[in-house]
Amino acid sequence: MKNILEFLEQSSQKYFTKIAFSDDKNEITYGQCVENAQRIGTNLSSLQIRRQPIAVMMDKNVESLTAFFGVVYSGNFYVVIDIHMPDDRIQSIFETLHPIALITEKQYEHKAQNLHPQVFIYENMIPTEINHQKLNEIRNQMIDTDPLYALFTSGSTGVPKGAVVSHRNVMNYASWFKETFDIHEDTQFGSQTPFYFSMSVSDVFSTIMAGASLHILPKKLFSFPVKLIEYMNEKQVNTIYWVPSALGIIANMKVLDYIKLNDVQKVLFAGEVMPTKHLNYWKKHLPHALYANLFGPTETTDICTYYIVDREFEDDEVLPIGKACQNCDVFLLDEKNQEVIDDREGELCVRGSFLALGYYNNPEKTQEVFVQNPLNQAYPEIIYRTGDLVKYNERGELIYITRKDFQIKHMGYRIELGEIEAAVYALSKIQSCAVIYDEKEDKIILIYSGKITDQEIMEGISHKLPQYMYPNKMIQLKVMPLNQNGKIDRKWLKNHYHEEEK
Amino acid sequence: MNELLDILKDLKPGVDFENEKNLIDDRILDSLDVMNLTVELNDEFDIEITPLDILPENFQSIETIYQLITRLQEDN
Repeated sequence: MKNILEFLEQSSQKYFTKIAFSDDKNEITYGQCVENAQRIGTNLSSLQIRRQPIAVMMDKNVESLTAFFGVVYSGNFYVVIDIHMPDDRIQSIFETLHPIALITEKQYEHKAQNLHPQVFIYENMIPTEINHQKLNEIRNQMIDTDPLYALFTSGSTGVPKGAVVSHRNVMNYASWFKETFDIHEDTQFGSQTPFYFSMSVSDVFSTIMAGASLHILPKKLFSFPVKLIEYMNEKQVNTIYWVPSALGIIANMKVLDYIKLNDVQKVLFAGEVMPTKHLNYWKKHLPHALYANLFGPTETTDICTYYIVDREFEDDEVLPIGKACQNCDVFLLDEKNQEVIDDREGELCVRGSFLALGYYNNPEKTQEVFVQNPLNQAYPEIIYRTGDLVKYNERGELIYITRKDFQIKHMGYRIELGEIEAAVYALSKIQSCAVIYDEKEDKIILIYSGKITDQEIMEGISHKLPQYMYPNKMIQLKVMPLNQNGKIDRKWLKNHYHEEEK
Repeated sequence: MNELLDILKDLKPGVDFENEKNLIDDRILDSLDVMNLTVELNDEFDIEITPLDILPENFQSIETIYQLITRLQEDN
């Protein structure tokens, strides 16, 4: 196999009339999906261009998935653009990306035309007659290291970077995901994460590899969790791969005390630290499900290490990020680029075929983090430096510490903000929390939600943290803000805090 | 009702809460607003809104929210 479309076509031959994808308005079978994607691919082939980016700006629905595959049929690669992203930011992505076309739905035609001279409307492409000969010609020229998609993340400097991921990356990665979590034809995914977020790559591509079904969960239902559970029960969702904050909504509102989640057997999570307290709530209500903590950046397709929960954890214990995925290797480097093999902390580095090709049109950023393996001088071997500090515990499992650039120096001490968060999360009345650092004032700021007083928090953490790690300021919010991916919105918290201070 | 109106105006200034009938469907209140409001109402009216009552239809207008509060107070 050299092309992701082969998996889609294989599943279509085997499960022609089976539902591949569904959302709250539509569903599409494998057969229809291939057919519509080929129509789109034929239509786009009129551009006569290969291996170029085509932006897709659509709602999270079955049509957008079909459009992604359509772009691949045309010999190009897709870039998902969030329809709710401000035009300025889309423009700034386009300045790096120079997409040759922009695909959208009829309802967003106007917005799209303001952004790009070459707009394709999904609805207008569907009646295109398939040109099999043309599509075969295109396919014959494609190889497995060709880009499949580019995924833009916000760089720390504010300039978006697009990680380019190849067919081969996704085939290797998704095979691991499928094998490890036993994704098969009866798997019914409940998809939470947006398609412009790397976690969705796992759901979508393991689905088409296994001939499974993926059900897009309507975002608005996460505010009305009982409706969400009803929806999942109706779709017989048995596997979820969500951000911890989404799992936390269910735990904080004690939703499973009121309504039963019927079919879920696998609960996978990634994207931010999973508060153990929330995991324990899920385990109490779904004791027989499999739970796994996955870890990795967009630059390793989605994940590089994982931990399948195999023992009990107290509310104040931290979940490991485990060990490297199959056919993926991780190791730790210290500040002198020496390998760490004892229990010291080091930067997590990754090698192997999950590694993205680099950042699109950005050689400087690419060379900063996709570097020659400093432990190998004998032949060219690129590794990815994650910028994450980790260490091994006494069981030989990897433990996440913090982002390299999140580690702070406060009153002369080196402090991991995540450690403070873990201590606060363990307090039973806390629902959610985040710790930020005000560099200018050298202050640790705790932002939290939950029915608890500042005094109770201080008393609770005083048994766990040394004094120099105490927050200097505490801000209570009724509810923690979440970003588009569903994670705690730290950027918003930080900006908002700074504005308040002014 | 006036107390509720004040809470809503604090939560989302500039919205005509007296006349809006589709706060959820028209996306005037987003998910964060609904959760914020729930916490606030629990505190101010000494009630406990459980997930079973966190339904779109209960938050569509000031009247439906008021009905929810009254019902939960009577249950107490």
